[in-house]
Amino acid sequence: MTTNDFVQIGFFLVILLLLVKPLGGYMASVFSDTPNRLTRFGGGAERLIYRLCGIRQDEDMGWKRYALAVLVFNVLGLLVVYALQRLQQWLPLNPQHFAAVSPDSALNTAISFASNTNWQGYGGESTMSYFTQMLGLAVQNFLSAATGIAVLIAIIRGFSRRSALGLGNFWVDMTRSTLYILMPLSLVLTLLLVSQGVVQNFKSYVDVPVVQTTTVSEPVLDASGAAVKDKAGNPVMKPTEVSTQTLPMGPAASQIAIKQLGTNGGGFFNVNSAHPYENPTPFSNFLELLSILLIPAALCYTFGELVKDKRQGWALLAVMLVIFVPLLIACTVAEQAGNPAFNALHVDQTASALQAGGNMEGKETRFGIVNSTLWATATTAASNGSVNAMHDSFTPLGGLIPMWLMQLGEVIFGGVGCGLYGMLAFAVVAVFIAGLMVGRTPEYLGKKIEAYEMKMASLAVLLPCALVVIGTAIAVMVPAGFAGVANPGAHGFTEMLYAVSSASNNNGSAFGGLSANTPFWNVLLGICMFLARFPLIIAMLAMAGALAAKRHVPATAGTLPTHTPLFVTLLACVVIVIGALTFLPALALGPIAEYLMSAH
Amino acid sequence: MGKLLRQSIVMLLLMTVITGIAYPLLATGLAQVIFPGQANGSLIEKNGKPVGSALIGQSFTDARYFWGRPSATSPNPNNSASSSGSNTGPSNPALIDTIKQRIDALHAVDPGNTAPVPVDLITASGSGLDPEISPAAAQYQVSRVAQARKLSVSQVQALVAEYTSGRTLGILGEPRVNVLKLNLALDAPHGS
Repeated sequence: MTTNDFVQIGFFLVILLLLVKPLGGYMASVFSDTPNRLTRFGGGAERLIYRLCGIRQDEDMGWKRYALAVLVFNVLGLLVVYALQRLQQWLPLNPQHFAAVSPDSALNTAISFASNTNWQGYGGESTMSYFTQMLGLAVQNFLSAATGIAVLIAIIRGFSRRSALGLGNFWVDMTRSTLYILMPLSLVLTLLLVSQGVVQNFKSYVDVPVVQTTTVSEPVLDASGAAVKDKAGNPVMKPTEVSTQTLPMGPAASQIAIKQLGTNGGGFFNVNSAHPYENPTPFSNFLELLSILLIPAALCYTFGELVKDKRQGWALLAVMLVIFVPLLIACTVAEQAGNPAFNALHVDQTASALQAGGNMEGKETRFGIVNSTLWATATTAASNGSVNAMHDSFTPLGGLIPMWLMQLGEVIFGGVGCGLYGMLAFAVVAVFIAGLMVGRTPEYLGKKIEAYEMKMASLAVLLPCALVVIGTAIAVMVPAGFAGVANPGAHGFTEMLYAVSSASNNNGSAFGGLSANTPFWNVLLGICMFLARFPLIIAMLAMAGALAAKRHVPATAGTLPTHTPLFVTLLACVVIVIGALTFLPALALGPIAEYLMSAH
Repeated sequence: MGKLLRQSIVMLLLMTVITGIAYPLLATGLAQVIFPGQANGSLIEKNGKPVGSALIGQSFTDARYFWGRPSATSPNPNNSASSSGSNTGPSNPALIDTIKQRIDALHAVDPGNTAPVPVDLITASGSGLDPEISPAAAQYQVSRVAQARKLSVSQVQALVAEYTSGRTLGILGEPRVNVLKLNLALDAPHGS
């Protein structure tokens, strides 16, 4: 690693941590039970929304009612996204006249965006109309993120309330997340991104003449669009002159802002934030990178404030950093080392004042190595899934790290809301393990953890693990799974493992070589994304419902304090041990095997 | 359940209006007023007609031009209607073959150049549309371009320096050279 690599990483982390307290405190005031200046300011608009919907703002929902509202609202959103894609050829704002999306792809995309995964089997600029992008995908970017925050707040109330029946009101939590947190931040970010060159318009694509006309050979197509083949079965090629370039346009910046802030990650264009129109400069990259981790990190502080013990929030943030920073450095070292296969070819891969060097396949010049690895680890630690470099072309170990960060359950920052409630499930497991060691009934935040809570937390921890392992096994066993693989050998297996890990943890990033826009992959990954999202929400709300009903247990000398370095270490170990035990065998067959073969 | 469904439908409708219509329209309105050039694709115009975007790389194969990052878009390189990386893994033999072909192509137009090839000049960019190369990749090509255009090396060096940007604030990103702008400047009358 170069000195500048460390400077860029340090600069990023310092700015991120400086923003945790102000934003976290602000978000705590958004969800405060007592009216304050903010909720009075927006009270008029809020009340109008509730009145139109027939919602009683003061209704306190029990966990089942809360979960049902989450489910009905999200499934409805899912169906709307499906319908928009299937009908887009008859809807307005389709200047490129894109046809309807196929049923399996549309279903996959609908689940993907409703579950905050934003896995994309399609290429944005060649598939989706502006209408679908705005009213379908961008709306779900907001609502799936708002749902995540709402559910987190309800779960926090499970810890903070005493002998209570309700967890709050889903409609109020969701509306406030959208209006007070996601919308204002997105609007500011949109304008900052446009200032850097991210496009924001409703124009048709622009054709420009290129400076140098080039000739390429293209396959000859028959009337049905299939390639014509000669007698030997090879496609017939014809030279084609390329004299123009079609520049894609559209309302990209507004969608990119929320896709980053809401840990959605679904790009406006096919290559996501590697596209110069999505992420044109180092400054736009810094802003987008910051937006990935901003809300998940700040929610730790919100949590501390809402449970009236800020140290608890800082402790969870510390666990995240303790795991994140070493993995980030490992990924950077692996990528900066470059591709050993190039050494024999007289290629200069050494970092210097004139070049970033390292493994530049699939990376953009303006980002070099460190901004690509910083993004790759941040986007997979948080369940964002946007990319600014092609993970499929990372070195074996450089690609292992983003994959493992997803497999850890998306709790190292994680998705907005869902990352922290995932971490709370791990925290419950950690105090339980500590309780077993000393033979005491475990407690967390003044609530006794008993069999029921433990079952729900274990379910939340183990469900994504099971989906990854079972899903990958299915993909490996059927020909339709292998059919999409682009690279030979161990790397091909890694492509499949990565895809299922991404879907089963609601991340959405990909080893892009895998042709996943097939009925098999669309259905398999659709099921994984759905099961990783909604059953997990139900389990966590059930746990919170049980906790809310309990009395507060005052801390005694025998209580394990959960804000100390000891607990931070214990919790980090629990996260790592579960992730390592579950996935090491699979990782050994994929990236580790590839590494060993390429090194010798 | 019926009540919940009705609430969900109206809420989704309202949220669609707020986040799906009002928000992008407001954002577009503000963007078009404050940053019209950037919001519309950072187009470069020559005699009032767009000749490309400062942010989207074009394909160059002539010895007289600086070459940009290789592009894996299909069917032709730098196809901005279909952005894509190569997605070839580091140990894929197809990657090594492609790299060798790219090195050969560089040597074919510049036979005397025995310097090691900067890695970004022979590896495909992530987007397939990368508008920039590293200063090292530009330096590698200076003597070739100067020779093909019958310019002095120092004239070409001066233009390269003009289109090189450093790190933002001296910290963020990587130093880089905008290939399209540089080539347009080479073609401009004052460039010769």
